Amino acid sequence: MRARLIEPELARLREKLQTMANAAEQAIQSAVRALHDLDSDLADSVIFDDDAIDRMELDIDQACVDILVLKQPAASDLRFVISAARVAPVLERIADHAVNIAKLALSLKRMPLDNLEMDVSGMTAVVQSMLIDGVSAFLAGDPERAQATITRDDEVDSLYDRHYAELIQKMKANQAALEQGVQWAFVLKHLERIADYVTNICEQIVYMARGQVIKHTIW
Amino acid sequence: MSVKMEEEQRQKAAVASEVAAPGVSTEQRFSIGQTSRQRSEAPVKMGVDNLNFYYGKSLALKAVSLDVTSNLVTAFIGPSGCGKSTLLRTLNRMNDVIHGIRVDGRIELDGEDIYAPGMDVVLLRRRVGMVFQKPNPFPRSIFDNVAYGLRINNMTRHRSELAERVEESLRAAAIWDEVKDRLKDSAMDLSGGQQQRLCIARALAVKPEVVLMDEPTSALDPMATQKIEELIVELKQNYTIIIVTHNMQQAARISDMTAFFWLGELIEYNQTEKMFTNPDQKMTEDYITGRFG
Repeated sequence: MRARLIEPELARLREKLQTMANAAEQAIQSAVRALHDLDSDLADSVIFDDDAIDRMELDIDQACVDILVLKQPAASDLRFVISAARVAPVLERIADHAVNIAKLALSLKRMPLDNLEMDVSGMTAVVQSMLIDGVSAFLAGDPERAQATITRDDEVDSLYDRHYAELIQKMKANQAALEQGVQWAFVLKHLERIADYVTNICEQIVYMARGQVIKHTIW
Repeated sequence: MSVKMEEEQRQKAAVASEVAAPGVSTEQRFSIGQTSRQRSEAPVKMGVDNLNFYYGKSLALKAVSLDVTSNLVTAFIGPSGCGKSTLLRTLNRMNDVIHGIRVDGRIELDGEDIYAPGMDVVLLRRRVGMVFQKPNPFPRSIFDNVAYGLRINNMTRHRSELAERVEESLRAAAIWDEVKDRLKDSAMDLSGGQQQRLCIARALAVKPEVVLMDEPTSALDPMATQKIEELIVELKQNYTIIIVTHNMQQAARISDMTAFFWLGELIEYNQTEKMFTNPDQKMTEDYITGRFG
Protein backbone atom coordinates (compact mmCIF):
# COMPACT_ATOMS: atom_id res chain seq x y z
CA MET A 1 0.00 0.00 0.00
CA ARG A 2 1.25 3.50 -0.86
CA ALA A 3 2.39 5.68 2.05
CA ARG A 4 -0.13 8.31 3.00
CA LEU A 5 0.80 11.86 1.95
CA ILE A 6 0.65 12.98 5.54
CA GLU A 7 3.21 10.40 6.77
CA PRO A 8 6.42 12.28 5.87
CA GLU A 9 5.01 15.45 7.45
CA LEU A 10 4.16 13.61 10.67
CA ALA A 11 7.61 11.99 10.69
CA ARG A 12 9.29 15.38 10.30
CA LEU A 13 7.17 16.81 13.11
CA ARG A 14 8.12 13.89 15.32
CA GLU A 15 11.82 14.51 14.61
CA LYS A 16 11.49 18.20 15.40
CA LEU A 17 9.86 17.40 18.74
CA GLN A 18 12.56 14.87 19.56
CA THR A 19 15.28 17.42 18.76
CA MET A 20 13.59 20.09 20.87
CA ALA A 21 13.06 17.68 23.79
CA ASN A 22 16.73 16.64 23.63
CA ALA A 23 17.75 20.29 23.71
CA ALA A 24 15.49 21.02 26.70
CA GLU A 25 16.78 17.99 28.58
CA GLN A 26 20.37 19.00 27.81
CA ALA A 27 19.63 22.51 29.07
CA ILE A 28 18.43 21.16 32.44
CA GLN A 29 21.43 18.88 32.76
CA SER A 30 23.91 21.65 31.92
CA ALA A 31 22.18 24.20 34.14
CA VAL A 32 22.30 21.92 37.17
CA ARG A 33 25.93 20.98 36.47
CA ALA A 34 26.76 24.68 36.17
CA LEU A 35 25.07 25.18 39.52
CA HIS A 36 26.99 22.44 41.28
CA ASP A 37 30.33 23.28 39.67
CA LEU A 38 29.65 27.04 39.74
CA ASP A 39 30.70 26.93 36.09
CA SER A 40 29.85 30.29 34.57
CA ASP A 41 30.86 29.28 31.03
CA LEU A 42 28.44 26.38 31.11
CA ALA A 43 25.72 28.60 32.60
CA ASP A 44 26.31 31.16 29.82
CA SER A 45 26.01 28.45 27.19
CA VAL A 46 22.62 27.37 28.58
CA ILE A 47 21.39 30.97 28.36
CA PHE A 48 22.82 31.40 24.86
CA ASP A 49 21.41 28.11 23.54
CA ASP A 50 17.90 28.99 24.66
CA ASP A 51 17.39 31.15 21.56
CA ALA A 52 17.65 28.01 19.44
CA ILE A 53 15.00 26.29 21.57
CA ASP A 54 12.72 29.31 21.15
CA ARG A 55 13.14 29.06 17.39
CA MET A 56 12.35 25.33 17.52
CA GLU A 57 9.04 26.13 19.23
CA LEU A 58 8.09 28.55 16.45
CA ASP A 59 9.19 26.05 13.82
CA ILE A 60 7.03 23.29 15.32
CA ASP A 61 4.10 25.66 15.64
CA GLN A 62 4.39 26.55 11.94
CA ALA A 63 4.75 22.87 10.97
CA CYS A 64 1.54 22.06 12.87
CA VAL A 65 -0.36 24.90 11.19
CA ASP A 66 0.91 23.74 7.79
CA ILE A 67 -0.19 20.15 8.39
CA LEU A 68 -3.61 21.24 9.64
CA VAL A 69 -4.19 23.47 6.62
CA LEU A 70 -2.60 21.40 3.89
CA LYS A 71 -3.16 17.80 5.00
CA GLN A 72 -6.37 18.20 7.00
CA PRO A 73 -5.63 15.41 9.47
CA ALA A 74 -8.40 13.54 11.29
CA ALA A 75 -8.71 11.25 14.29
CA SER A 76 -5.33 10.05 15.67
CA ASP A 77 -3.39 12.14 13.13
CA LEU A 78 -5.31 15.22 14.24
CA ARG A 79 -4.76 14.46 17.91
CA PHE A 80 -1.03 14.03 17.33
CA VAL A 81 -0.69 17.36 15.52
CA ILE A 82 -2.80 19.20 18.10
CA SER A 83 -0.74 17.60 20.87
CA ALA A 84 2.55 18.53 19.20
CA ALA A 85 1.36 22.14 19.00
CA ARG A 86 0.57 22.03 22.72
CA VAL A 87 3.73 20.22 23.82
CA ALA A 88 6.26 22.46 22.04
CA PRO A 89 5.44 25.53 24.19
CA VAL A 90 5.70 23.33 27.30
CA LEU A 91 9.18 22.23 26.26
CA GLU A 92 10.06 25.88 25.66
CA ARG A 93 8.95 26.75 29.21
CA ILE A 94 10.97 23.82 30.59
CA ALA A 95 14.02 25.25 28.83
CA ASP A 96 13.22 28.68 30.31
CA HIS A 97 13.38 27.13 33.79
CA ALA A 98 16.78 25.69 32.89
CA VAL A 99 17.87 29.20 31.87
CA ASN A 100 16.66 30.53 35.22
CA ILE A 101 18.67 27.84 37.04
CA ALA A 102 21.73 28.83 34.95
CA LYS A 103 21.22 32.47 35.93
CA LEU A 104 21.01 31.43 39.58
CA ALA A 105 24.29 29.54 39.12
CA LEU A 106 25.89 32.77 37.87
CA SER A 107 24.43 34.64 40.81
CA LEU A 108 25.67 32.05 43.36
CA LYS A 109 29.13 32.15 41.77
CA ARG A 110 29.35 35.83 42.66
CA MET A 111 28.60 35.07 46.32
CA PRO A 112 31.11 33.92 48.97
CA LEU A 113 31.85 30.23 48.92
CA ASP A 114 31.30 27.79 51.79
CA ASN A 115 28.37 29.68 53.33
CA LEU A 116 25.63 27.29 52.28
CA GLU A 117 25.74 24.10 50.24
CA MET A 118 22.87 22.09 48.85
CA ASP A 119 22.92 18.88 46.87
CA VAL A 120 19.92 18.68 44.51
CA SER A 121 21.44 16.07 42.18
CA GLY A 122 18.93 13.42 43.30
CA MET A 123 15.96 15.67 42.58
CA THR A 124 17.49 16.73 39.27
CA ALA A 125 17.97 13.10 38.25
CA VAL A 126 14.29 12.34 38.87
CA VAL A 127 13.17 15.45 36.95
CA GLN A 128 15.46 14.63 34.03
CA SER A 129 14.34 11.04 33.88
CA MET A 130 10.70 12.17 34.00
CA LEU A 131 11.36 14.44 31.03
CA ILE A 132 13.10 11.69 29.05
CA ASP A 133 10.31 9.21 29.84
CA GLY A 134 7.60 11.78 29.11
CA VAL A 135 9.03 12.66 25.71
CA SER A 136 9.63 9.00 24.81
CA ALA A 137 6.05 8.21 25.81
CA PHE A 138 4.87 11.12 23.68
CA LEU A 139 6.77 10.01 20.61
CA ALA A 140 5.65 6.41 21.11
CA GLY A 141 2.05 7.46 21.92
CA ASP A 142 2.24 5.33 25.07
CA PRO A 143 -0.40 6.40 27.63
CA GLU A 144 0.58 3.76 30.21
CA ARG A 145 4.12 5.06 30.34
CA ALA A 146 2.76 8.61 30.49
CA GLN A 147 0.59 7.78 33.47
CA ALA A 148 3.51 6.06 35.21
CA THR A 149 5.56 9.21 34.63
CA ILE A 150 2.83 11.42 36.07
CA THR A 151 2.89 9.48 39.32
CA ARG A 152 6.59 10.37 39.71
CA ASP A 153 5.65 14.01 40.12
CA ASP A 154 4.72 13.08 43.70
CA GLU A 155 8.31 11.91 44.21
CA VAL A 156 9.59 15.29 43.01
CA ASP A 157 7.11 17.12 45.24
CA SER A 158 8.29 15.16 48.25
CA LEU A 159 11.96 15.81 47.39
CA TYR A 160 11.09 19.47 47.04
CA ASP A 161 9.50 19.51 50.53
CA ARG A 162 12.50 17.71 52.02
CA HIS A 163 15.10 19.99 50.40
CA TYR A 164 13.07 23.06 51.28
CA ALA A 165 12.91 22.07 54.95
CA GLU A 166 16.66 21.36 54.87
CA LEU A 167 17.30 24.76 53.27
CA ILE A 168 15.25 26.59 55.90
CA GLN A 169 17.24 24.83 58.65
CA LYS A 170 20.53 25.86 57.04
CA MET A 171 19.35 29.44 56.60
CA LYS A 172 18.27 29.61 60.25
CA ALA A 173 21.60 28.24 61.34
CA ASN A 174 23.59 30.58 59.13
CA GLN A 175 22.09 34.07 58.82
CA ALA A 176 25.03 35.16 56.64
CA ALA A 177 23.86 32.72 53.96
CA LEU A 178 20.35 34.17 53.60
CA GLU A 179 20.92 35.55 50.13
CA GLN A 180 22.40 32.26 48.93
CA GLY A 181 19.51 30.43 50.56
CA VAL A 182 16.98 32.46 48.60
CA GLN A 183 18.80 31.56 45.35
CA TRP A 184 18.64 27.88 46.28
CA ALA A 185 14.93 28.19 47.09
CA PHE A 186 14.42 29.43 43.54
CA VAL A 187 16.44 26.50 42.17
CA LEU A 188 14.19 24.05 44.01
CA LYS A 189 11.07 25.78 42.73
CA HIS A 190 12.32 25.71 39.13
CA LEU A 191 13.03 21.97 39.33
CA GLU A 192 9.65 21.33 40.87
CA ARG A 193 7.94 23.35 38.12
CA ILE A 194 9.78 21.40 35.41
CA ALA A 195 8.28 18.20 36.81
CA ASP A 196 4.84 19.85 36.66
CA TYR A 197 5.41 20.68 33.00
CA VAL A 198 6.42 17.09 32.27
CA THR A 199 3.13 16.10 33.89
CA ASN A 200 1.33 18.42 31.43
CA ILE A 201 3.10 16.68 28.53
CA CYS A 202 2.03 13.29 29.89
CA GLU A 203 -1.59 14.42 30.23
CA GLN A 204 -1.42 15.43 26.59
CA ILE A 205 -0.19 11.94 25.69
CA VAL A 206 -3.32 10.39 27.19
CA TYR A 207 -5.43 12.73 25.04
CA MET A 208 -3.35 11.92 21.99
CA ALA A 209 -3.61 8.17 22.44
CA ARG A 210 -7.16 7.84 23.74
CA GLY A 211 -8.89 11.13 23.05
CA GLN A 212 -9.44 11.37 26.79
CA VAL A 213 -8.84 14.66 28.61
CA ILE A 214 -7.35 14.03 32.05
CA LYS A 215 -6.10 17.56 32.64
CA HIS A 216 -7.45 19.12 35.84
CA THR A 217 -8.77 15.79 37.07
CA ILE A 218 -7.95 14.26 40.41
CA TRP A 219 -5.94 11.09 40.29
CA MET B 1 -16.53 29.89 6.69
CA SER B 2 -19.39 32.35 7.18
CA VAL B 3 -20.32 33.77 10.56
CA LYS B 4 -23.50 31.75 10.40
CA MET B 5 -21.61 28.49 9.88
CA GLU B 6 -19.22 29.31 12.69
CA GLU B 7 -22.17 29.86 14.99
CA GLU B 8 -23.58 26.55 13.79
CA GLN B 9 -20.33 24.81 14.62
CA ARG B 10 -20.47 26.21 18.14
CA GLN B 11 -24.06 25.12 18.55
CA LYS B 12 -23.29 21.71 17.10
CA ALA B 13 -21.49 20.50 20.18
CA ALA B 14 -24.41 21.47 22.36
CA VAL B 15 -27.00 19.94 20.06
CA ALA B 16 -25.03 16.77 19.44
CA SER B 17 -24.48 16.26 23.13
CA GLU B 18 -28.24 16.24 23.55
CA VAL B 19 -28.45 13.56 20.90
CA ALA B 20 -26.59 11.08 23.02
CA ALA B 21 -29.23 10.29 25.56
CA PRO B 22 -28.22 10.66 29.19
CA GLY B 23 -26.89 7.39 30.48
CA VAL B 24 -26.94 5.73 27.08
CA SER B 25 -23.54 5.66 25.44
CA THR B 26 -23.16 5.89 21.69
CA GLU B 27 -21.54 2.48 21.71
CA GLN B 28 -24.58 0.93 23.36
CA ARG B 29 -26.88 2.48 20.82
CA PHE B 30 -25.00 1.83 17.62
CA SER B 31 -22.70 -1.10 18.10
CA ILE B 32 -21.81 -3.18 15.06
CA GLY B 33 -24.25 -5.93 14.27
CA GLN B 34 -26.72 -4.63 16.76
CA THR B 35 -30.12 -5.89 15.74
CA SER B 36 -32.47 -3.97 17.95
CA ARG B 37 -32.26 -0.26 18.41
CA GLN B 38 -32.21 1.27 21.81
CA ARG B 39 -33.99 4.55 21.50
CA SER B 40 -32.50 7.78 22.71
CA GLU B 41 -34.41 10.63 24.31
CA ALA B 42 -33.81 12.83 21.25
CA PRO B 43 -36.73 12.97 18.79
CA VAL B 44 -36.27 10.29 16.16
CA LYS B 45 -37.51 11.28 12.71
CA MET B 46 -36.56 8.14 10.84
CA GLY B 47 -35.66 4.79 12.30
CA VAL B 48 -33.94 1.95 10.49
CA ASP B 49 -34.16 -1.41 12.23
CA ASN B 50 -32.20 -4.48 11.16
CA LEU B 51 -32.37 -3.58 7.48
CA ASN B 52 -31.14 -6.06 4.90
CA PHE B 53 -31.27 -4.95 1.29
CA TYR B 54 -30.76 -7.26 -1.66
CA TYR B 55 -30.09 -6.53 -5.33
CA GLY B 56 -31.14 -9.95 -6.61
CA LYS B 57 -29.05 -12.35 -4.54
CA SER B 58 -26.48 -9.77 -3.64
CA LEU B 59 -26.76 -8.42 -0.10
CA ALA B 60 -26.07 -4.67 -0.29
CA LEU B 61 -26.99 -3.70 3.27
CA LYS B 62 -26.44 -6.03 6.22
CA ALA B 63 -28.51 -5.69 9.39
CA VAL B 64 -28.31 -1.90 9.43
CA SER B 65 -29.93 -0.18 12.42
CA LEU B 66 -29.81 3.52 13.14
CA ASP B 67 -32.02 6.36 14.27
CA VAL B 68 -32.02 9.67 12.43
CA THR B 69 -32.73 12.57 14.76
CA SER B 70 -35.06 15.42 13.84
CA ASN B 71 -33.58 18.75 12.77
CA LEU B 72 -30.05 17.52 12.54
CA VAL B 73 -27.82 16.93 9.54
CA THR B 74 -26.85 13.26 9.35
CA ALA B 75 -24.04 12.30 6.96
CA PHE B 76 -23.48 8.86 5.45
CA ILE B 77 -19.84 8.27 4.50
CA GLY B 78 -17.89 5.33 3.18
CA PRO B 79 -16.14 4.16 0.03
CA SER B 80 -17.98 3.55 -3.25
CA GLY B 81 -20.18 0.49 -3.08
CA CYS B 82 -20.47 0.53 0.72
CA GLY B 83 -24.25 0.88 0.59
CA LYS B 84 -24.67 4.48 1.71
CA SER B 85 -26.61 5.61 -1.36
CA THR B 86 -28.64 2.40 -1.32
CA LEU B 87 -29.66 3.13 2.25
CA LEU B 88 -30.49 6.73 1.38
CA ARG B 89 -32.77 5.58 -1.41
CA THR B 90 -34.58 3.09 0.80
CA LEU B 91 -35.61 5.97 3.05
CA ASN B 92 -38.16 7.23 0.53
CA ARG B 93 -38.47 3.99 -1.43
CA MET B 94 -36.67 5.32 -4.48
CA ASN B 95 -35.25 1.83 -4.91
CA ASP B 96 -38.72 0.40 -5.55
CA VAL B 97 -38.36 1.06 -9.27
CA ILE B 98 -35.29 -1.21 -9.49
CA HIS B 99 -36.11 -4.70 -10.65
CA GLY B 100 -35.21 -7.57 -8.33
CA ILE B 101 -34.63 -5.69 -5.12
CA ARG B 102 -35.73 -7.03 -1.74
CA VAL B 103 -35.97 -5.24 1.57
CA ASP B 104 -35.98 -6.99 4.96
CA GLY B 105 -36.32 -5.17 8.23
CA ARG B 106 -38.17 -2.03 9.12
CA ILE B 107 -37.86 1.64 8.24
CA GLU B 108 -40.03 4.10 10.12
CA LEU B 109 -40.99 7.69 9.51
CA ASP B 110 -42.35 9.15 12.74
CA GLY B 111 -42.85 5.59 13.97
CA GLU B 112 -44.80 4.46 10.91
CA ASP B 113 -43.45 1.59 8.79
CA ILE B 114 -42.83 3.02 5.32
CA TYR B 115 -42.72 -0.44 3.75
CA ALA B 116 -46.08 -1.46 5.23
CA PRO B 117 -48.71 -2.61 2.74
CA GLY B 118 -50.95 0.26 1.79
CA MET B 119 -48.29 2.91 2.30
CA ASP B 120 -48.93 5.82 -0.08
CA VAL B 121 -45.49 6.05 -1.74
CA VAL B 122 -46.32 9.34 -3.47
CA LEU B 123 -47.18 10.87 -0.11
CA LEU B 124 -44.06 9.31 1.40
CA ARG B 125 -41.86 10.94 -1.22
CA ARG B 126 -43.58 14.25 -0.60
CA ARG B 127 -42.69 13.95 3.09
CA VAL B 128 -39.20 12.63 2.35
CA GLY B 129 -37.82 14.68 -0.52
CA MET B 130 -34.65 14.10 -2.47
CA VAL B 131 -31.89 16.09 -4.12
CA PHE B 132 -29.57 14.28 -6.50
CA GLN B 133 -25.90 14.38 -7.34
CA LYS B 134 -26.25 16.24 -10.61
CA PRO B 135 -28.63 19.18 -10.77
CA ASN B 136 -31.61 17.96 -12.77
CA PRO B 137 -33.91 20.90 -13.45
CA PHE B 138 -36.75 20.31 -15.89
CA PRO B 139 -36.32 22.10 -19.24
CA ARG B 140 -38.89 24.64 -18.20
CA SER B 141 -38.89 28.04 -16.55
CA ILE B 142 -37.42 28.64 -13.12
CA PHE B 143 -40.93 29.29 -11.78
CA ASP B 144 -42.39 26.14 -13.31
CA ASN B 145 -39.64 23.99 -11.87
CA VAL B 146 -40.51 25.00 -8.34
CA ALA B 147 -44.26 25.05 -9.02
CA TYR B 148 -44.20 21.57 -10.54
CA GLY B 149 -44.72 19.53 -7.37
CA LEU B 150 -47.27 21.97 -6.02
CA ARG B 151 -49.31 21.73 -9.22
CA ILE B 152 -49.30 17.95 -9.61
CA ASN B 153 -50.19 17.51 -5.96
CA ASN B 154 -52.87 20.24 -6.09
CA MET B 155 -51.24 21.86 -3.09
CA THR B 156 -52.32 25.43 -3.78
CA ARG B 157 -55.78 26.87 -4.25
CA HIS B 158 -55.09 29.85 -6.47
CA ARG B 159 -52.37 31.45 -8.53
CA SER B 160 -51.25 33.98 -5.91
CA GLU B 161 -50.80 31.19 -3.34
CA LEU B 162 -48.75 29.25 -5.88
CA ALA B 163 -46.55 32.32 -6.48
CA GLU B 164 -46.14 32.77 -2.73
CA ARG B 165 -45.06 29.17 -2.24
CA VAL B 166 -42.60 29.39 -5.16
CA GLU B 167 -41.07 32.55 -3.70
CA GLU B 168 -40.95 31.04 -0.21
CA SER B 169 -39.18 27.95 -1.55
CA LEU B 170 -36.69 29.94 -3.61
CA ARG B 171 -35.94 32.09 -0.56
CA ALA B 172 -35.49 29.00 1.61
CA ALA B 173 -33.03 27.65 -0.96
CA ALA B 174 -31.11 30.95 -0.88
CA ILE B 175 -31.55 31.63 -4.59
CA TRP B 176 -34.47 34.08 -4.67
CA ASP B 177 -32.33 37.21 -4.97
CA GLU B 178 -30.52 35.74 -7.95
CA VAL B 179 -33.63 34.70 -9.90
CA LYS B 180 -36.48 36.94 -8.77
CA ASP B 181 -36.24 39.09 -11.90
CA ARG B 182 -35.98 36.17 -14.30
CA LEU B 183 -38.52 33.65 -13.09
CA LYS B 184 -39.76 33.03 -16.63
CA ASP B 185 -36.26 32.26 -17.94
CA SER B 186 -35.30 28.68 -18.59
CA ALA B 187 -33.85 26.86 -15.60
CA MET B 188 -31.28 25.43 -17.98
CA ASP B 189 -29.69 28.90 -18.27
CA LEU B 190 -28.67 28.90 -14.60
CA SER B 191 -25.18 27.96 -13.43
CA GLY B 192 -24.59 24.49 -11.95
CA GLY B 193 -24.69 25.81 -8.39
CA GLN B 194 -27.85 27.81 -9.08
CA GLN B 195 -29.48 24.79 -10.71
CA GLN B 196 -28.73 22.69 -7.63
CA ARG B 197 -30.23 25.32 -5.33
CA LEU B 198 -33.23 25.45 -7.67
CA CYS B 199 -33.58 21.68 -7.28
CA ILE B 200 -33.44 22.14 -3.52
CA ALA B 201 -36.15 24.80 -3.81
CA ARG B 202 -38.19 22.36 -5.89
CA ALA B 203 -37.78 19.73 -3.21
CA LEU B 204 -38.73 22.17 -0.45
CA ALA B 205 -41.80 23.48 -2.28
CA VAL B 206 -43.94 20.49 -1.33
CA LYS B 207 -42.97 21.00 2.33
CA PRO B 208 -41.11 17.79 3.04
CA GLU B 209 -40.13 16.84 6.59
CA VAL B 210 -36.94 15.04 5.60
CA VAL B 211 -34.62 15.98 2.74
CA LEU B 212 -32.31 13.29 1.37
CA MET B 213 -29.27 14.56 -0.50
CA ASP B 214 -27.13 12.23 -2.59
CA GLU B 215 -23.73 13.89 -3.05
CA PRO B 216 -25.42 17.22 -3.78
CA THR B 217 -22.21 19.15 -4.36
CA SER B 218 -20.00 16.64 -6.14
CA ALA B 219 -20.68 18.28 -9.50
CA LEU B 220 -20.19 21.83 -8.23
CA ASP B 221 -17.25 24.23 -7.91
CA PRO B 222 -15.98 25.27 -4.44
CA MET B 223 -17.97 28.52 -4.24
CA ALA B 224 -21.22 26.82 -5.25
CA THR B 225 -20.39 24.01 -2.82
CA GLN B 226 -19.92 26.49 0.01
CA LYS B 227 -23.31 28.06 -0.70
CA ILE B 228 -25.04 24.67 -0.67
CA GLU B 229 -23.27 23.72 2.56
CA GLU B 230 -24.36 26.96 4.23
CA LEU B 231 -27.85 26.33 2.97
CA ILE B 232 -27.93 22.78 4.37
CA VAL B 233 -26.89 24.01 7.81
CA GLU B 234 -29.59 26.68 7.65
CA LEU B 235 -32.26 24.25 6.45
CA LYS B 236 -31.91 21.93 9.41
CA GLN B 237 -33.85 24.41 11.53
CA ASN B 238 -36.95 23.31 9.65
CA TYR B 239 -36.02 19.98 8.10
CA THR B 240 -34.23 16.77 8.92
CA ILE B 241 -31.37 16.41 6.47
CA ILE B 242 -29.62 13.21 5.47
CA ILE B 243 -26.68 13.59 3.13
CA VAL B 244 -24.48 11.10 1.35
CA THR B 245 -21.06 12.53 0.67
CA HIS B 246 -17.68 11.32 -0.50
CA ASN B 247 -16.14 14.47 0.88
CA MET B 248 -15.22 13.78 4.50
CA GLN B 249 -14.38 17.40 5.18
CA GLN B 250 -17.88 18.23 4.02
CA ALA B 251 -19.36 15.72 6.43
CA ALA B 252 -17.22 17.23 9.20
CA ARG B 253 -18.23 20.78 8.28
CA ILE B 254 -21.97 20.41 8.05
CA SER B 255 -23.21 17.29 9.81
CA ASP B 256 -24.13 16.68 13.44
CA MET B 257 -24.09 12.90 13.19
CA THR B 258 -22.03 10.72 10.87
CA ALA B 259 -22.55 7.11 9.88
CA PHE B 260 -19.67 5.16 8.35
CA PHE B 261 -20.48 2.20 6.09
CA TRP B 262 -18.17 -0.50 4.82
CA LEU B 263 -19.24 -3.34 2.49
CA GLY B 264 -22.88 -2.90 3.36
CA GLU B 265 -22.37 -2.77 7.11
CA LEU B 266 -22.85 0.17 9.41
CA ILE B 267 -19.48 0.25 11.14
CA GLU B 268 -20.00 3.29 13.32
CA TYR B 269 -22.66 5.90 13.90
CA ASN B 270 -21.55 8.71 16.12
CA GLN B 271 -21.52 12.41 16.79
CA THR B 272 -19.53 14.05 14.00
CA GLU B 273 -17.04 15.65 16.40
CA LYS B 274 -16.35 12.28 17.98
CA MET B 275 -16.15 10.56 14.61
CA PHE B 276 -13.47 12.90 13.27
CA THR B 277 -11.40 13.33 16.42
CA ASN B 278 -11.63 10.01 18.21
CA PRO B 279 -13.80 7.38 16.53
CA ASP B 280 -14.76 4.30 18.53
CA GLN B 281 -13.99 1.82 15.75
CA LYS B 282 -10.55 1.17 14.28
CA MET B 283 -12.05 0.75 10.81
CA THR B 284 -13.50 4.24 11.01
CA GLU B 285 -10.15 5.60 12.15
CA ASP B 286 -8.39 3.85 9.26
CA TYR B 287 -10.92 5.15 6.74
CA ILE B 288 -10.99 8.78 7.80
CA THR B 289 -7.20 8.95 8.13
CA GLY B 290 -6.82 7.54 4.62
CA ARG B 291 -5.31 4.20 5.63
CA PHE B 292 -7.73 2.34 3.39
CA GLY B 293 -10.63 2.93 1.02
